[in-house]
Amino acid sequence: MSDGVVLEMRGIRKVFPGVVANDDVSLDVRVGEVHALLGENGAGKSTLMNILYGLYHPDAGEILLNGKPVAFGSARDAIRAGIGMVHQHFMLIPVMTVAENIVLGTEPRDGIFLDERGAERRVRELSQQFGLVVDPAALVADITVGQQQRVEILKALYRGADVLILDEPTAVLTPQEARELFSIIKNLQADGKSIIFISHKLNEVLEIADRITVLRRGKTIETVSAQGATEASLARAMVGRDVLLRVEKKPAEPGDVLLAVEELHVKDDRGIEKVRGVSFEVRAGEIVGIAGVDGNGQTELIDAITGLQKIESGRIVVGGREVERASAREMLDLGVGHIPEDRQRRGLVLEFSIAENIALHDYADPPDAKWGWLFPRRLVQRAARLIKEFDVRGGGPLTRAGGLSGGNQQKVVAAREISRDPKVLIAAQPTRGLDVGAIEYLHRRLVTERDRGRAILLVSLELEEIFSLSDRILVIYEGEIAGEHTGEVSEELVGLEMLGGRERSAA
Amino acid sequence: MSQAENFPPESPEEAALSGTLAASLSLRQRAGGFIVPLITVVIAFLMSGFVVLATGHNPLLAYRDIFDGAGLNWIFHPTTNLASTAAYNLTQTLLQTTTLILTGLAVAFAFRCGMFNIGGQGQYFIGLIVANWLGYDFAHMSPFPHILICIVAATLAGAAYAGIAGFLKATVGAHEVITTIMLNWVAIWVGSWLFGDGGPLQNASDKTVPISNDVADSAKLPVFWGQQLLQGLDIGIFIAIAALVVFWALLNRTTTGYEVRAVGFNPESAAYGGINVKKNLIRAMAISGAFAGLAGALDMLGYLYHYGQNDIPLSSVGFLGIAVALLGRNTAVGVGLGALLFGALLFGTTHGLTSTVIKPELAGNLTYIIQGLVVLFIGADVLILYIWNSRRKLRRPRGAKAAEAATA
Repeated sequence: MSDGVVLEMRGIRKVFPGVVANDDVSLDVRVGEVHALLGENGAGKSTLMNILYGLYHPDAGEILLNGKPVAFGSARDAIRAGIGMVHQHFMLIPVMTVAENIVLGTEPRDGIFLDERGAERRVRELSQQFGLVVDPAALVADITVGQQQRVEILKALYRGADVLILDEPTAVLTPQEARELFSIIKNLQADGKSIIFISHKLNEVLEIADRITVLRRGKTIETVSAQGATEASLARAMVGRDVLLRVEKKPAEPGDVLLAVEELHVKDDRGIEKVRGVSFEVRAGEIVGIAGVDGNGQTELIDAITGLQKIESGRIVVGGREVERASAREMLDLGVGHIPEDRQRRGLVLEFSIAENIALHDYADPPDAKWGWLFPRRLVQRAARLIKEFDVRGGGPLTRAGGLSGGNQQKVVAAREISRDPKVLIAAQPTRGLDVGAIEYLHRRLVTERDRGRAILLVSLELEEIFSLSDRILVIYEGEIAGEHTGEVSEELVGLEMLGGRERSAA
Repeated sequence: MSQAENFPPESPEEAALSGTLAASLSLRQRAGGFIVPLITVVIAFLMSGFVVLATGHNPLLAYRDIFDGAGLNWIFHPTTNLASTAAYNLTQTLLQTTTLILTGLAVAFAFRCGMFNIGGQGQYFIGLIVANWLGYDFAHMSPFPHILICIVAATLAGAAYAGIAGFLKATVGAHEVITTIMLNWVAIWVGSWLFGDGGPLQNASDKTVPISNDVADSAKLPVFWGQQLLQGLDIGIFIAIAALVVFWALLNRTTTGYEVRAVGFNPESAAYGGINVKKNLIRAMAISGAFAGLAGALDMLGYLYHYGQNDIPLSSVGFLGIAVALLGRNTAVGVGLGALLFGALLFGTTHGLTSTVIKPELAGNLTYIIQGLVVLFIGADVLILYIWNSRRKLRRPRGAKAAEAATA
């Protein structure tokens, strides 16, 4: 306690059958510190935090809280000791109010009834104290994801947390919400709370953390001060080798137009027009990036080009052939490959094996099948070949896709799409939620495929990704192309266009 | 997104320890091929044992009598001689098993495509009716084609009947649970009318009895163990076992099965993969109905030969099929074993138990108690998974929408 250390984990070891999840991991957190826990998926961050939160028992090592050894039998013990955790997925009850959710389990009572007013008052006090703005009387179902996260934080504070674990808190937030979260974290810090911030995003960690502990394959690699650390140094510690954060690529050599979209109008499932007269071309050997804030018509645009959504009006020309009212099957046959934005909900059947997933488009064609009869061994052979070629780790052809890490799942999707030799490859958010190693791989691969003469349409919410990969940038705003840039352009201008800035400044 | 990232956890071991409901369920789902159904059955038997105990009898004796009554003790002294009670009992148990295999498959196949077919009972009746009608009407035919026509027509009729529910789901989104339940009632009342007083299929000889005609001898399935007059075991059991093989091969070795499973696991991924989801909903429902229709045909041609209006409300083989499919985890082997268990229970409790072992009025109910408990335990597990999955599906769009709103 003398040096202001509130929490110390020493020599933590946790073995699951066949896997050493934590091996002699140590971590110390000071009072009023934001301590980032950085590591790739599967590095052991979650295991370590689950041990701290009483969900797992360590096989070796000890936990000291305020200098005294503690042993938590359950999350309840950890909460009582002043440790709070905000999980990636919120544990809120949507039909109850914010205040009810926060006091759940320790409700202030008025006789046998819940003291609703008292609860709301307590919540309001807390929310003012830490600058966490949220309406205590609102239903959780009605508030935004960012606000739900604040409710989770308030819940932990209400239960008296001094050490707050935030498990990848920005993953579900928009950039604006992330900003607000950061200022909340600063407030908590000023109030003497200690925060353990789990992430694999380097820029975030550098911005918010005081000190950073890097885990790799279950081991503590280093604990460094955020000052003096760089993205490159952290990436190296995380991955264990130098990582290219910028993509190296030659200038594009565009060829024939492989995808042309003219005056396209598309409505979403609710009948709202989301794409309003979009026209563009993508040529062989170039990457065209579409930048935009989520929900400005990107999803509908992609779904129209891939035959998953009906077109209201306009033309789509693939490899010189015009298509109207094409089904997903016809688009696949025309040579449109698609790495979808949600690999778990759409890109993969998680319950299927890797082999079955790789056959998702071609299961009915030779050599996979003949006359309706499937040849599983051929599926497996092809999968084995692609697993090797695309460096998919964590399983063989018969492994369930759902059991792979996010990066490897995405490699399976990429392997399937690229191996079909598409003329046009649409990559929607190809690196969302992936760690640096996997991002590097996918970016390099996209550039390679470009150089092989495919037309690549990249849609991403990450400006950095758009800028580092694209040969041409289109900005989409409210279903229209708000800007087009070739060559050098500033991120500020594109950012402005993404928010409809050009319109406003012109008006 | 990141919440989905973590699901399922990296290894089943981790899942078991992480303590969350979803994680432990996903572990059970994977590890529980045989273990979970086995535990379920054991617990159901234990709890039913308490019921027997509460009536002042010895549960172990009761179970031994059910075992013997179902003819399962035959394996200790195997003989084909039906003078042996065990052998006779076994043939009767296997008759029940035949039906339950097929009604079980009718539920299981739809399940694999993500649908809950509660209409097995109605589809079974349709098969029964068609087999009775053609079995009586085409009396001049020679046996093999006659049997073939009856079976094929009844199977197709069952398929078409279930196909209605699939069609309604695919076109207007009517939930198959509702439509199949309603179609059950349609089949029940159509059957009551057909077999009842003055109905088109009522027997020709005695118009005071609401019973159908007997099918012609040429339509009766050959009996290979026992005598036709004494309700011997017909070749239907082999057809049912063949259906299990067909079920397995269809799901795992054909492109149709690939599509069915893809749609069942994740319709959105299936559509993205280029699979016609609506077509698959209709087709899977029809194939389900085909199994149930076949069950009706085999019962009619195998040992019932005729059907009474009053028998209709008493039949519950279609509903037992749900328990069989749930217990069998919608796999071919599981359905086969589940059907054998319930077949043995059905026959064993009605014939094996004497009043010294258990009160007679409780005897028949014991099957339903055990069945109910099995469905309860397995159903709870499936239900929780179902709710969990739909919650996962629901939460994402709302999160995305909220994020949209926040940025706008």
